[in-house]
Amino acid sequence: MIGWWGLAAAASLLVLAAVVSVVLRLGVERGIVVAGARMLVQLALVGGLLTLVMAPGRSIWWSWLWVVGMIGYASGVAARRVPEVPAIRPLALAAFSAAAVVTLGVLFGLGVFEVAGRSVVPLAGMMVGNSMSAVVLASRRTVEEVRERRGEVETLLALGLDRRTASASCVRDAMRSALIPQIETTKATGLVFLPGAMVGLLLAGVEPKDAVMTQAVVMFLVLASVSVTAAVMSLGVARRLFSADHRLLPLPAAKS
Amino acid sequence: MDDVLTLSSVVARRGERTVLDGVSCGFAAGAVTVLRGPSGSGKSTLLRLCDRLDVPDSGTVSYRGRDVAEVDVLELRRRVGMVFQTPVPLRGTVRDNLAVAASGTDEEYAGRLARAGLDAEMLDRDARELSGGELQRMCLARTLGTDPDVLLLDEPTSSLDKESVRVIEDSVRAFVDGGGSAVWVTHDDAQADRLGGVVLMIEGGRVRA
Repeated sequence: MIGWWGLAAAASLLVLAAVVSVVLRLGVERGIVVAGARMLVQLALVGGLLTLVMAPGRSIWWSWLWVVGMIGYASGVAARRVPEVPAIRPLALAAFSAAAVVTLGVLFGLGVFEVAGRSVVPLAGMMVGNSMSAVVLASRRTVEEVRERRGEVETLLALGLDRRTASASCVRDAMRSALIPQIETTKATGLVFLPGAMVGLLLAGVEPKDAVMTQAVVMFLVLASVSVTAAVMSLGVARRLFSADHRLLPLPAAKS
Repeated sequence: MDDVLTLSSVVARRGERTVLDGVSCGFAAGAVTVLRGPSGSGKSTLLRLCDRLDVPDSGTVSYRGRDVAEVDVLELRRRVGMVFQTPVPLRGTVRDNLAVAASGTDEEYAGRLARAGLDAEMLDRDARELSGGELQRMCLARTLGTDPDVLLLDEPTSSLDKESVRVIEDSVRAFVDGGGSAVWVTHDDAQADRLGGVVLMIEGGRVRA
């Protein structure tokens, strides 16, 4: 367990980062301190709320409500990050929800974890947090692929192919772009870096074998959720780029 | 002679600009119609409306007397084939490209290539490695694969060598002699003369004979 002294001692590392900025005249020392302080406040708030939600005897529905809130908030963040795609928020909501149903359904349905606030909230957090970049990347890449290959798409439409077939290659390439970073991360896990969940478990005194097993499950969860969110976003965004009568609509302005 | 495609009071805008301003005209069945006009006069837009790649802001475009908005758009595009100014090879071989329009046997693919003056030996070549002239001819062969009865050609020979221009003109003439109809956009006076048929001028968003 880390006490107040431990936390304060670790904060010296934050000071060190700020000092590096000052010495090298990077001008980000204020940003580093603010980021660290903000992180502490946010974690304290979340920790307090999680204590309430996960308290013994508390209904599991509070945990599920937490998950719903998390997905709703993440959808808003995704919409802000990809403003060039119109009405993306409901699509992101659908993507996160689909990933939650699939991944948490498998993990809880097959009894990998017991359904409890202690497992529902952190696993959903891992799912949402790691899928965010896939949601953003899949959306942007889908628009870019169609933009860059407009001639090809319209050639296919002109040959009498439907909008889904005409954009299939663009969607595939966009999905691939969204998945590759997570595939690379998964490949490097354990060799290049130790992931956060595993480090946390080891620091908390859990046996390495148990930490490894838990981390492996989390990595499977993340890979699946990234796949599902990328698929929903790419297919959904591509659909919005065409009219119902299979015309390519004017594309949203490129993000500068 | 009946018109295969008809435009009635068609208005098309691109943002603030009116590209076509109440255009009414028809393209004769079983003939080549040459469409001429300065750059930006709306020739390409007009062709795209005929293939329903774009829709007019007002007015109607009809194919064989039926409003194209009421025709199955995928079927319309197979009957009204489009050859773009910039030829676009799809991934894969020439055979793969031809199969996208309609899958068939190598013999059938060879027949399509022959209609565009190309040899069957090309089937295994990577479509992205064809020369400009070969590529545009392959695109014509690909479009012919849907068995269209109208060809819309948007300056298809504007950047090709003389031999490719001649072959494409001959191919389209043969298509029309076989009962098809063609609408050919060109800037080239000599080409317009060679193609014959009705010449329509489009200028200031309006069409005149």
